[in-house]
Amino acid sequence: MLPELGHFALILALLLAGLQAFFGIAGPALARERWSGAVSAVVAGQAVMVATAAACLIASFVGNDFSVAYVAENSNSALPLFYRVTALWGAHEGSLLLWILLLAGWTVAVALGSGRLPPRFAARVLGVLGVVSFGFLLFTLATSNPFLRLDPAAPDGRDLNPILQDPGLAVHPPILYTGYVGFAVAFAFAGAAMLEGRLDQNWARWTRPWTTAAWSFLTCGIALGSFWAYYELGWGGFWFWDPVENASFMPWLVGTALVHSLAVTDKRGLFKSWTLLLAILAFSLSLLGTFLVRSGVLVSVHSFAADPTRGIFILAFLVIMIGGALTLYAWRAPLLRSAAGFELGARESFLLFNNVLLVIAAGTVFAGTLAPLISDALKLGTLSVGPPYFNPTFMLSMLPLLALLSVGIHANWKRGRLADSQRTLLYTLVAAAVFGCGLAFGLYARGSILTLIGAMLGAWILLSSLVDPVDRWRRGLTLSRAVLGMTVAHIGVALAVIALTTVQSFTLERDVALAPGAATTVGNYEFRFGGVRPIEGPNYDGVGGTLVVTHHGKPVAVLTPQKRRYWVQRQVTSETAIHMDRGNNLLLALGEDLGAGRWSVRIQIRPLVSLVWIAAFIMALGGALAASDRRYRTARALATASEAATAGQPG
Amino acid sequence: MNRFLLPLGLFVLLAVVLAIGIRHAPEKGVIASPLLGRPAPQFALPSLTDPAQQVRSADLKGHWYLFNVWGTWCGECRQEHETLLQVHSAGVVPIIGLDWRDDDTQARSWLAQLGNPYQSVAVDRSGRIAIDWGVYGAPETFLVNPQGIVVYKHVGALTPDTWTREILPRVSGLPAGTS
Repeated sequence: MLPELGHFALILALLLAGLQAFFGIAGPALARERWSGAVSAVVAGQAVMVATAAACLIASFVGNDFSVAYVAENSNSALPLFYRVTALWGAHEGSLLLWILLLAGWTVAVALGSGRLPPRFAARVLGVLGVVSFGFLLFTLATSNPFLRLDPAAPDGRDLNPILQDPGLAVHPPILYTGYVGFAVAFAFAGAAMLEGRLDQNWARWTRPWTTAAWSFLTCGIALGSFWAYYELGWGGFWFWDPVENASFMPWLVGTALVHSLAVTDKRGLFKSWTLLLAILAFSLSLLGTFLVRSGVLVSVHSFAADPTRGIFILAFLVIMIGGALTLYAWRAPLLRSAAGFELGARESFLLFNNVLLVIAAGTVFAGTLAPLISDALKLGTLSVGPPYFNPTFMLSMLPLLALLSVGIHANWKRGRLADSQRTLLYTLVAAAVFGCGLAFGLYARGSILTLIGAMLGAWILLSSLVDPVDRWRRGLTLSRAVLGMTVAHIGVALAVIALTTVQSFTLERDVALAPGAATTVGNYEFRFGGVRPIEGPNYDGVGGTLVVTHHGKPVAVLTPQKRRYWVQRQVTSETAIHMDRGNNLLLALGEDLGAGRWSVRIQIRPLVSLVWIAAFIMALGGALAASDRRYRTARALATASEAATAGQPG
Repeated sequence: MNRFLLPLGLFVLLAVVLAIGIRHAPEKGVIASPLLGRPAPQFALPSLTDPAQQVRSADLKGHWYLFNVWGTWCGECRQEHETLLQVHSAGVVPIIGLDWRDDDTQARSWLAQLGNPYQSVAVDRSGRIAIDWGVYGAPETFLVNPQGIVVYKHVGALTPDTWTREILPRVSGLPAGTS
């Protein structure tokens, strides 16, 4: 019964989403106050239905109901309870349900917070969210119903994909999706503003916290994915420019641009049409990401189920949503005028460059991701685009962006008088240069010119970000959460730049043959091989090697990489040993038995690799701080005033 | 007005490219694999027919082989089986099977009933090796050359047409796509 109940709840949710879209958009347009007023109730109803559907599917998983096809494909009676719950998003159908559930969550949050918004505008925002939700519910019900039954029922399930049987990978999708879906809110605010034909600074103030929150989730989600690819999958790297990774990275880049563009619209009432476009783009790229991952038009190392009929549906949905939004944009954006101007060298000009460079960066990633598809469509043969394309093109737009960040952070709004901060700029630059040279030629002594540039830029951003907050603190002034959040996020950027530079420049990788008692030196570490001995686990046996690691003669750790042979599957796996020391990530893997006790051992030393992820979490923390600033919560008075001003105007 | 239409125009262009991409993907049954042109992933798995034996990628070097991922739970694999038997009887290139997340007994009786086109079948109960090969769903077939490089990948049931147009020319050194 539960699957049918869930299916029915999903159908009701679809109808309610349709109503939500209709009331939310038609109500304000036809000035039917009662229609607009009903939207919140419909939102609540839809959320309850979606939650019921998700609960039914989870219950089927927990209760091992293998008559449900999706459960039979993604679970097993021996699977621990925790993974039986997280198996909900173990494959396509359930992932979509999660998407819809999170969208319902965001929508409820917007509805609850909409007391600060003019009622007509709030109804429109919820209406646009209703359109998005309707599309996804229709997609799920029409092509990817997770409640389909198997007849006869499977005796047992085919088990969850083993790489998803890990706590980290289990929680990664919901966080990433929360970010993806969160951009739907910014999109809905943009849609509502375009429907209204009016966009002011208040609009930006309402949109900002939602966008920043979504951005923080996305940052966390991407970092988590990268972290577990490194630790659990042992892929030996943290970023592969894989289509699935790019699909999450493009909305992040555009979302970052949007966060900054919104700041300008909020503070100065500028960049209005540009902000709108970015809001549309950020969400479009989230949708496009879904399309690329699910339609099978692109291949990636992440093995997801792909299906062309789903691809056609998503494409139609993309055309309606994005095409519709962009048509509305072409019609409404010319109406938006900005009265104010700004000088070159003012903060606005730096943020403009920030936006342009971030969009270019997203564009290069986009081009690289879609190039195989385009060359295939034009019958130019299959093409594979990898790091040799992505790394340099991405850096081409990132390096100027990072340099401008250090300067622009000191710039004032409106006036381009950088002369005031000339001395600060000079001091921080000199300090950064000293740090850069120290890192590139001192600490590791093998730096290239890019190492120097990367380290310098990172240090420069770090110092520049601190100048203003430290100054305020010394003068006894308080820091608002928004400024604090910005500072923290920029420190995160600085640390990420330093970490990436170090990892890229100084990673050491050696394959050595070692006899028992022999030692080898890699970097500053000495690895003494103690030979191998047999090991036995619950369902495997094998050998474990012992390596005593010392750093300049001082003991660091005893690492035991293993080779395991699983009895049931007779599969040999290599268990790497990972150890952190002085910011260096040591990774050891046991290779082949070379006879006479000698073994080949792979040794990798990655300096500061953990800092890459820590930096990303610091960025996300900065976003969270900024989103929680008080001024977003006390905007009620302004909102009411603006509503009074617009009352009587036709929507 | 003009510049505000630009995003829409670009998007329409993109939608066309995506539509062509979709039309192509199922038609050709080919998804450009990241493995193409790269060494085939290593494996050493128990043999389905004789669990005491191992099927190892290292032993396959030096001649062409087809690597076919299948399972008894997979409907399309049954459709494809006839083609596999034909390929087997042609005797041009041996087929190595990967029995993916399957029940051994069922798999053995499947081969007994329908005939065995495989030179050997490796058992991948956990699906780890299939992950290494980037398998989306069964059936999938890879063509590996004597140097151990993956030169072609086919997604979905193998058809006689794919065999004569794509696989046979590659094995016999003729340009692909001609028949």
